[in-house]
Amino acid sequence: MKAAIVGSGNIGTDLLYKLLRSPVLEPRWMVGIDPASEGLRRAASLGLEVSVEGAEWLLRQDELPDIVFEATSAAVHRANAPRYAEAGIRAIDLTPAAVGPYVVPPVNLGEHKDVPNINLITCGGQATIPMVHAVSRVVPVPYAEIVASVASVSAGPGTRANIDEFTRTTSRGIEAIGGAERGKAIIVLNPADPPMIMRDTIFCAIPEDADPDAITDSIARMETDIRSYVPGFRLLSEPQFDTGRVSIFVEIEGAGDFLPAYAGNLDIMTAAATKVGEEIAHAAADRHVTA
Amino acid sequence: MLRLTDTSLRDGSHHKRHQFTVEDVRSIVAALDGAGVPVIEVTHGDGLGGSSFNYGFSLTPEQELIKVAADTAQQAKIAVLMLPGVGVKDDILVSQDNGASIVRIATHCTEADVSVQHFALARERGLETVGFLMMAHSQPPEALAKQARIMADAGCQCVYVVDSAGALVLEQVSDRVSALVAELGDDAQVGFHGHENLGLSVANSVAAVRAGAQQIDGSVRGFGAGAGNTPLEAFVGVCDKLGFATGVDFFKIVDAAEDVVRPVMPEECLLDRMALMMGYAGVYSSFLKHAYTQAQRYGVSGAQILVRAGERKLVGGQEDQLIDIALELSREKVR
Repeated sequence: MKAAIVGSGNIGTDLLYKLLRSPVLEPRWMVGIDPASEGLRRAASLGLEVSVEGAEWLLRQDELPDIVFEATSAAVHRANAPRYAEAGIRAIDLTPAAVGPYVVPPVNLGEHKDVPNINLITCGGQATIPMVHAVSRVVPVPYAEIVASVASVSAGPGTRANIDEFTRTTSRGIEAIGGAERGKAIIVLNPADPPMIMRDTIFCAIPEDADPDAITDSIARMETDIRSYVPGFRLLSEPQFDTGRVSIFVEIEGAGDFLPAYAGNLDIMTAAATKVGEEIAHAAADRHVTA
Repeated sequence: MLRLTDTSLRDGSHHKRHQFTVEDVRSIVAALDGAGVPVIEVTHGDGLGGSSFNYGFSLTPEQELIKVAADTAQQAKIAVLMLPGVGVKDDILVSQDNGASIVRIATHCTEADVSVQHFALARERGLETVGFLMMAHSQPPEALAKQARIMADAGCQCVYVVDSAGALVLEQVSDRVSALVAELGDDAQVGFHGHENLGLSVANSVAAVRAGAQQIDGSVRGFGAGAGNTPLEAFVGVCDKLGFATGVDFFKIVDAAEDVVRPVMPEECLLDRMALMMGYAGVYSSFLKHAYTQAQRYGVSGAQILVRAGERKLVGGQEDQLIDIALELSREKVR
């Protein structure tokens, strides 16, 4: 499948390296708006067609991508989304625009392989919502709360200017996709040097008579599922059970494609986007075979 | 005149493990208001929206407490604290509806830019604004002044040097306050928020005033996190002696501390081993009760948890990582 990356910042550039490794996705175009962009320079040297005229340029080309990865901002994606749809291009949205349904690959990708636009929530959401789901598929979860600790240097100006957007969007994802009745998200930026690797804690309220072994087993299976596309994801310890609560501690070490290894928060977004793109490509290929 | 803010009903929330009742708030606000304290802060210890597994659930919803405080105060203004990343803008609006008129936005002292949207909203809604640069010991004066500039440009009217760990010592306070005063000029005032973890909160607050701070925080009876905050009644007495006008009646606030506030406290705030570790290692004061809890849960040393929190350079808000540290210590013990 021919792919384009819109947005040539940290996320777009990290994604470029992951797409280049994909057996089913072929990154052909990368567009941005910054002529000084390191990402565009690298993309050009790796053989992609590049432009600083953004999505405008991309949509003017004779040949169009099958799939576009949007790594700009929520406002830009809201403006671009209808135009991609009109041109018949599938969109995977790495911004918090939430034009399309929320997707966390190991939880609900199967339901949304055919929709025109998919939203990836937030980095903290990608790292924690699967774990909330791992608990809620075993026992009812009336309330779940996540704490995301990220290295200051890996939180860009967009995240900083809209930190409320992170907490709100992640909270909604914990409910809608994680399966908790009520969700809460907390984000903490830590400036320690050398930078800390991304860490998340997931607290789920559970019935007092819940079976810890069944929950622990479900969490372990989810860890395996996530590691299949985010190799640096790991549980820091066994899930901890206190009265009416299970606590899960995870760490995400990035693959170090473009961004340093501590930026697991960005890595899990680009890894999830790649996974979604590949599944869409597989689904399209299957349809082709049956047709 | 120096402007004092009492924070026992916010920072004291940590010491009380967030178990304030409506009656606690009504009696403390009435007593402080009667003594002439001009600003009283009321919020969950970790700010608006802080009620959680991570920080502890509030016994009484904080917005209910804010409303009671605003209804009780005759002259004092009610302030609320908010940490971007924990609370959201809507929480600020609700607190304003409940009668709060000052919002204090707190960030770690290198992350001031996450507060920009909240200051903008607060000013747009006519709220008075204060900025909190937490863990101020961890950055040199010049770096802190740059962060203060970000807050002032966003609409903050007074930037506080916040010694969250109670780790600053005298000149380290004056140097930081002076740097902020020089940077901000007439654009914003400068404040100081102290903790007692090295036994210096009153002296540090005097140093801050001498360096140009115009607003000072304290908590009656020291009722706050760690070894407590600057005991406000003691600071008022010291100000009387030094000739700094505060507008607070020394005898009335001493009575309030003894007769009204002390009975609400579960125990005195102590300068004990754990608190000293925090001041010495530069650890966020509200980690104290959580360190006790995890030390007991996992059978490890609370002091070691705090020291390791300092080594890991944890910042305010990372209470969850204390569980990870306790688990790490218990694994090491088994080996």
